[in-house]
Amino acid sequence: MKYLFKNTTIINPEQQLSLKDFDILISDGLIIKIGQNLEYDNSNTKVIELKGKILVPGFLDMHVHLREPGREDEETIETGSRAAANGGFTAVACMPNTEPSIDSAEVIELIKNKSKSFIVDVYPVAAATIERKGEFLSPMLELKEAGAVAFSDDGVAIKTASILKRAMEYSKMIDLPIIEHCEDESLSNGSMNEGINSTLFGLLPLPSVSEDIIVMRDILMAQYTGARVHIAHISSANAVKLVREAKKKGIKVTAEVTPHHFTLTDDLLKTYDTNLKMNPPLRTHQDVQEILEGLKDGTIDCIASDHAPHSIEEKELEFDYAPNGVVGLETSVGIALSELFHKKVLSIEEIIMKYSINPRKILNIPIPSFAEGSKAEFTILDLNEVWTVDKEKFLSKSKNTPFDKRLLTGKPLGIFNKGKLFLNGEII
Amino acid sequence: MPLSNRHLLGMQNVPKEDIQLILDTANTFKEILERPIKRVPTLQGKTIVNLFYENSTRTRISFELAEKRLSADAINFSVSTSSVSKGESLKDTVKNIEAMKVDMIVIRHSVAGTPYMLTKLCDANIINAGDGIHEHPTQALLDLYTIREKKGSFENLKVCIVGDIAHSRVALSNIFALKTMGAKVSVCGPSTMIPKFIEELGVEVIYNIDEAIQENDVLNVLRIQLERKAREYFPSIREYVKYFGINSQRLEKNKKDILILHPGPINRGVELSSDVADGPYQVILQQVTNGVAIRMAVLYLLGTLN
Repeated sequence: MKYLFKNTTIINPEQQLSLKDFDILISDGLIIKIGQNLEYDNSNTKVIELKGKILVPGFLDMHVHLREPGREDEETIETGSRAAANGGFTAVACMPNTEPSIDSAEVIELIKNKSKSFIVDVYPVAAATIERKGEFLSPMLELKEAGAVAFSDDGVAIKTASILKRAMEYSKMIDLPIIEHCEDESLSNGSMNEGINSTLFGLLPLPSVSEDIIVMRDILMAQYTGARVHIAHISSANAVKLVREAKKKGIKVTAEVTPHHFTLTDDLLKTYDTNLKMNPPLRTHQDVQEILEGLKDGTIDCIASDHAPHSIEEKELEFDYAPNGVVGLETSVGIALSELFHKKVLSIEEIIMKYSINPRKILNIPIPSFAEGSKAEFTILDLNEVWTVDKEKFLSKSKNTPFDKRLLTGKPLGIFNKGKLFLNGEII
Repeated sequence: MPLSNRHLLGMQNVPKEDIQLILDTANTFKEILERPIKRVPTLQGKTIVNLFYENSTRTRISFELAEKRLSADAINFSVSTSSVSKGESLKDTVKNIEAMKVDMIVIRHSVAGTPYMLTKLCDANIINAGDGIHEHPTQALLDLYTIREKKGSFENLKVCIVGDIAHSRVALSNIFALKTMGAKVSVCGPSTMIPKFIEELGVEVIYNIDEAIQENDVLNVLRIQLERKAREYFPSIREYVKYFGINSQRLEKNKKDILILHPGPINRGVELSSDVADGPYQVILQQVTNGVAIRMAVLYLLGTLN
């Protein structure tokens, strides 16, 4: 099958590429030709007119929870992949807090096998320690060989400094990063950010210093061991400052932020909407401002959704009883285009860096390029389409979004990957 | 002038006129409570469910009495917290109760925000009888009523709330209501039990109990939770009693003309010594009496809104 995408804009900052009104011809998943007014064979070519749209190297969401194995009632590799495609992602990295957790080659192989037939590439992040318990190292060498792209005990931070030190020393051998959920367990028995709002709403506080302490610990340990650490879902102003200073010193630290943490604040919790309950929690306006600063100056490398599907029954519970987490795959890019691109926080090239190039560099995954003979892996964006989030239209199994009914400008229209085109909600 | 909101979820954002109206209405009901026949037909035909997810004796009885004295049909629905996880969800319970055509729900729950959630789940008027560490509005109203009875007015009145402010729904509701009425509010307790940002509410923080006694006209003394969890916030009961406990020597040394409130139940010998708990400054049992009148006022005002 051949595809011809006509009259599109092609942007890839990694290749310093910016082409307007170009055609791109694809055959068997490979880019055959890039040029203007390309000729094609009518009989076996699907022609897609993309005037005013842009093609960018496939977006990768490096922090999602696909829930399989274990909680297939909330999400599966199949439904999570469809949600990813619908959100404009050609690839995701899935977190290891499944049941059983991703701490053996067998679970990695299960995930790789299940995802093989879907359009989205699924890269497993393996547990850093067995069962994410922080006691014994996971078999990192074997896990890498099976396909792990990073190690993390996400859901919690690696339990102690001593096991963290060993995990960093060991993973350094194979140059895979440690992804850290930064939270000091001893400070974490609350359900919203500590501030005047936690007092006003009567919810037990989760202080931001709980995040900062572990960010600092991890930075110091990365400096000491020379290993790479990636800070997941950064949410506090101080944590952003710590990462900024560490980068200046040449310490190998990178960071990601979620769309909800650069958009929403804890003021919203006055409605006790459990779709605003996540960990780390929504923080204050000042934290959001520092995060936007960090996105601008490069302190924050990536945008990742922390897509965390939960069943309706669980999210309908009383606030303290409801689980943490929100889905994000199908709103992430729209939020970023609305809040960052259109509000002039980031250029489109910077958005592409944070969604496509940087996550792959961190995870050692080849970066898709627009070149004749290369594998075709790209995301199709309409920067100006105005649309309203409708959770009922999600392809994810779960609907726990804080962004339902939000009006957005800029939309991912589809993806091309593995020789297949996903456009406007379906494989074509 | 009716109340401006059809629910009573907390004292935050309740306007002064509403508080005044509730206190004035309670006056009428208090007078009824002095009569030989303490029952009025005001809420005849109305059905009120007391939905208690947390153990409570006095608040539940106080509401129940208030409901009965207004001739409403009162139903108690108690759910032990332990069965919450395996039992019916809150949503299903509320939908079931609503299907029985109730007019009002009085709810107590250990999780903050649950009364607010109820307003989204059903059409009944919702009254918060205490939600987690958030608010307990009728307690604040009965405290204000008792203070007004003794002190006349709130203008320039200095009230200090003493104890575990961070884990108290009584404290927060009192702070909101007292500030709205024009009182000067301070809090006193170990610093680990004072919310970090409390001063943003316009509240003064005092760590010295003698100073709190000297500088205030009213002390509202909270119950100290004695279980292990609460003890994580202070070194020992002994140290608490020594530095924050209120006893008659302390009162006499500092000031005589002071009013002491306590929402009960009292830990005698901890936050209040027995001689203070039974002594001339306290109005603890008047609070209990006033509680029924206040709850009658709230039920009446909400129950007769269209």
